[in-house]
Amino acid sequence: MSAPEGLKYSKTHEWVAITGDKARVGITDFAVQLLSDLVYVDLPKVGQSITQSQPFGEIESVKHVSDLYAPVAGTVTAVNTELPNQLELLNQSPFEKGWMIEVQLTQPADLSGLLDADAYTAHCATEGH
Amino acid sequence: MPYLYNTAEQRTAMLDRIGVDSVATLLEQIPQALQLHRPLDLPAPLTEIALEQRLRQLADRSTGAADRVCFLGGGAYEHFIPSVIDELTGRGEFYTAYTPYQAEASQGTLQAFFEFQSLICELTEMDVSNASVYDGASAIAEAVLMSMRVTGRKSRVVFAGAVHPESISTVRTYVQHLGCEVVCTPLSAGVIDRDQLSAALTDQTACVIVQSPNFLGGIEDVTAISELAHKAGALCVQSFNPISLGLLKRPGACGVDIAVAEGQSLGIPLQFGGPYLGLFTCRSEHVRKLPGRLIGETVDRQGKRCFVLNLQAREQHIRRDKATSNICTNQGLMALRATIYLATLGPQGIREVAELCCQKAHYAAKQLAQVAGLPLMSTAPFFQEFAVRCTDPAAVITKAQQAGFDVGPLLSRFAPISGLSVEDQAQGLLVAVTECRSRDEIDRLVEVLA
Amino acid sequence: MRNTIATRLLSDLSTPGRRGASYPASDVPVEPLASLIPSAFLADAAPQLPELCEPEIVRHYVNLSTLNMSVDTHFYPLGSCTMKYNPKRHERLSRLPGIVDVHPYQADGSNQGMLELLYEMQQMLGEIAGLPAVSLQPAAGAHGELTALFVAAAYFRDKGEQRTKVVFPASAHGTNPASAAIAGFDCVELAPAGNGLVDLESLKRAVDQQTAVFMVTNPNTLGLFERQIDEIARVLHDAGGLVYIDGANMNAIMGITRPGDFGGDMMHYNVHKTFTGPHGAGGPGSGPIAVRDFLGPYLPGPIVTQSTASDGTTTYAQTTPAKSIGRVRAHFGNIGILVRGYCYLRTLGAAGVRAAAEDAILNANYLKALLADVLPAPHGPHCLHEFVASASGALKDRGISAMDIAKRLLDYGFHAPTVYFPLVVPEALMMEPTETESKETLDAFAETIAKILTEDPAELKLAPQTLPVSRPNDVQAARNPILKWTPCVKD
Repeated sequence: MSAPEGLKYSKTHEWVAITGDKARVGITDFAVQLLSDLVYVDLPKVGQSITQSQPFGEIESVKHVSDLYAPVAGTVTAVNTELPNQLELLNQSPFEKGWMIEVQLTQPADLSGLLDADAYTAHCATEGH
Repeated sequence: MPYLYNTAEQRTAMLDRIGVDSVATLLEQIPQALQLHRPLDLPAPLTEIALEQRLRQLADRSTGAADRVCFLGGGAYEHFIPSVIDELTGRGEFYTAYTPYQAEASQGTLQAFFEFQSLICELTEMDVSNASVYDGASAIAEAVLMSMRVTGRKSRVVFAGAVHPESISTVRTYVQHLGCEVVCTPLSAGVIDRDQLSAALTDQTACVIVQSPNFLGGIEDVTAISELAHKAGALCVQSFNPISLGLLKRPGACGVDIAVAEGQSLGIPLQFGGPYLGLFTCRSEHVRKLPGRLIGETVDRQGKRCFVLNLQAREQHIRRDKATSNICTNQGLMALRATIYLATLGPQGIREVAELCCQKAHYAAKQLAQVAGLPLMSTAPFFQEFAVRCTDPAAVITKAQQAGFDVGPLLSRFAPISGLSVEDQAQGLLVAVTECRSRDEIDRLVEVLA
Repeated sequence: MRNTIATRLLSDLSTPGRRGASYPASDVPVEPLASLIPSAFLADAAPQLPELCEPEIVRHYVNLSTLNMSVDTHFYPLGSCTMKYNPKRHERLSRLPGIVDVHPYQADGSNQGMLELLYEMQQMLGEIAGLPAVSLQPAAGAHGELTALFVAAAYFRDKGEQRTKVVFPASAHGTNPASAAIAGFDCVELAPAGNGLVDLESLKRAVDQQTAVFMVTNPNTLGLFERQIDEIARVLHDAGGLVYIDGANMNAIMGITRPGDFGGDMMHYNVHKTFTGPHGAGGPGSGPIAVRDFLGPYLPGPIVTQSTASDGTTTYAQTTPAKSIGRVRAHFGNIGILVRGYCYLRTLGAAGVRAAAEDAILNANYLKALLADVLPAPHGPHCLHEFVASASGALKDRGISAMDIAKRLLDYGFHAPTVYFPLVVPEALMMEPTETESKETLDAFAETIAKILTEDPAELKLAPQTLPVSRPNDVQAARNPILKWTPCVKD
């Protein structure tokens, strides 16, 4: 698994890249491997507001479904519309082409509950499978 | 004991292998105090001969449609059932199998249900059909819950006009603890009063439910109703009569979002109300919100076409409390009956049955009005069923019964129908006519009631 | 001996001009359709159904049927599903005209035999449950659960109590939380305890004045009896809540212990399982519920009541309980399945019912013992009617998964057990042999599993190899769903 430096990570395996008052959100390589055989992703619409630690969408494999939890709060400004039709992007490029949503932060992001790359890698090791 | 294999010697050998001296030891995991220390109080066991006598004795005290002439309707109809249906569904390979969890060992069932979904889509002109739900009434309840999921509106559903009162009662039971208001808008001249319907729609209405032909037989303008629903941002749910689609414009062509039905008329016997068959269809954009099982086509390891349970992540065994429905066991064997029925009739057959029902019903309505003095309750166009007004409906029913005819049901046995006067509800009687009824039977009924 | 023509899809077989049924010409004067129904309401053409003749329909479905495993043809130890023999006498008797041709709106007076049968069925189910008030209306087990939760909600609302929670153990069937959510409750799941049973302490922590119902399957999905069930019931009752018994596993305990006697307040039956419905390739089922007296007034109506006149004649009528929750479906219930269940109970009687449960337990424990060395069940030492073995050892040692074993069993002519459920056992294989199987079959099945575990793991990934298809691509099916026939050129 990989976990690029510079991103922040949630314990529920979402990543977030923050630039100014904007954030881009996706799920990690670890999560993609854990879920395996992805078949469907349900993402919010532009304009929808999301709440930190609350579900903003769902991702399904054949016999499993998981909520996607928002690592930050804000309003959705863009959605990766390619993704639902090209789920292999998540396998090929989870941190780049497999991004899910862009968010306009409504307040300064509360990053206290999020992990850096090293801490996240250590967290995954404890969850190992 | 019938149906058991184990001999006394085998039981001993099996207990030895387990390492206990008796079954009682195996039962020790159930605390003594909780065990039942007496035989159940059940009737004495019967041999097959005695059982047959008992069942015949009971069945003889219930007179079936075969002994009487049936003009009963209200959502269950005596249609002719081709012999192939009983013969084919009577095969143990179908009826003693279960849910096709192991696709490789269930291709017969899976393909048959894929065909069911295909034929129901062809019949309704809807995009997607599931592999069945319990019955027509619970299908409406599932449609209401699905409408709430699709629209995100959870506080109001609107029944337009005369939907079957047992369906409305079922929906009330399903949503009564969810804080959802169930509104019924009135009839006017036998069909939906569209102004009153418009007035009842709010921006919190999840769906409009229209039954066409409606409970009193009247054919609704479903296209207009679905336009009204959509204007309010609600879904339109139609409950239809599958046989009527041999003639009538289909739900998919009327713009409805979810079309459901009681599928009993597709080759399923009356059997006092069940098991019947809930048909459930929707537009493709809502497929992931659909309740119940779906069969999908795919390929196997070697690229060969085959069929599997599909989109299971919607279902209770995976999504648990967030599932699109709690349904697990569905009406499989009844869906197989409906598939064979539709395959046997084909496009011409279903059209002929529909035309026969329609022509005979109109003949019966005319004769009842002109000769027996039982006028139609409304001038609304109807298909195979209609309501007549009689000053003493109980007497009419009794008179018919004494002559070997069953008509009804009486509207008075149901909860009040919105927009129907107290007098109409007290005096209304439903009459249904199918392809099974002959002119002679209709004439005799009219004569008896004249 | 394969017949590939007859297993093409119906719509591919369609040939314009063929007919499977014809109807007589109308014997009433025929009016122009447009004079009866406004043309705006009429379809332009008949529905686009396939055109077939009767012989090809017969050949098609007979051939399709041979692609199924079934109880009539194979050992089918699908755990939690009670795949027992379906007696042939039930099929003939449930087709008697006085049963199969009865219209739901026929007058009660002309339907006394049917109503008597259903009344007797209510009585028998009440006795087996130890819970006297019975509704036969629910169409399947999950429908029964939902109905009982509506009953509980109505009861608490009537008492003026605000109870919002339904609690269940992690090993519960998915229908339990799904039903609770539809009935408007919040779901609380108890963490699994090491011994496979409900952990009384975590139950006590979860249950409070907001708890409406605790739903528990007993014996549970591991085939173990919840031996603290009376304690569990006390916890609930002390907090003013109700205990719901999921009756999926009644085949283990009928005639031996009763839900009403061990603290249950409500339960459902699966008539298609326990009382050999049959299963119908996925249904129909029948899911009657039995409840305590004080919950009886809330049951859905109608139910059958009996009255005896002064001259001694007994009559039966359909009535609706005083505070009924209303209906959960149209009409009375799934009569066809209830009649079969009635035939079963009348054939067995009290001793037969208990004997069936005892042999189900004996067969399960025997199979468990046979497999103890090769495919151990983590919970025990004994089970009731079913047990859950784990292939985690085989997976670790040889890379053989529960799914590999399941698929290879098909090659050897056995239906697979339930796999990967319950989730509390890794690599789970849930086996329920039922009482209507022989020692010889169980011996052969156990030998086969032992043999499979010695086979080449790489080959097992290709199993089954002798069935019409092998390992369908579920991912492709779900990513691009094809849910109906579409006309296109194919091989």
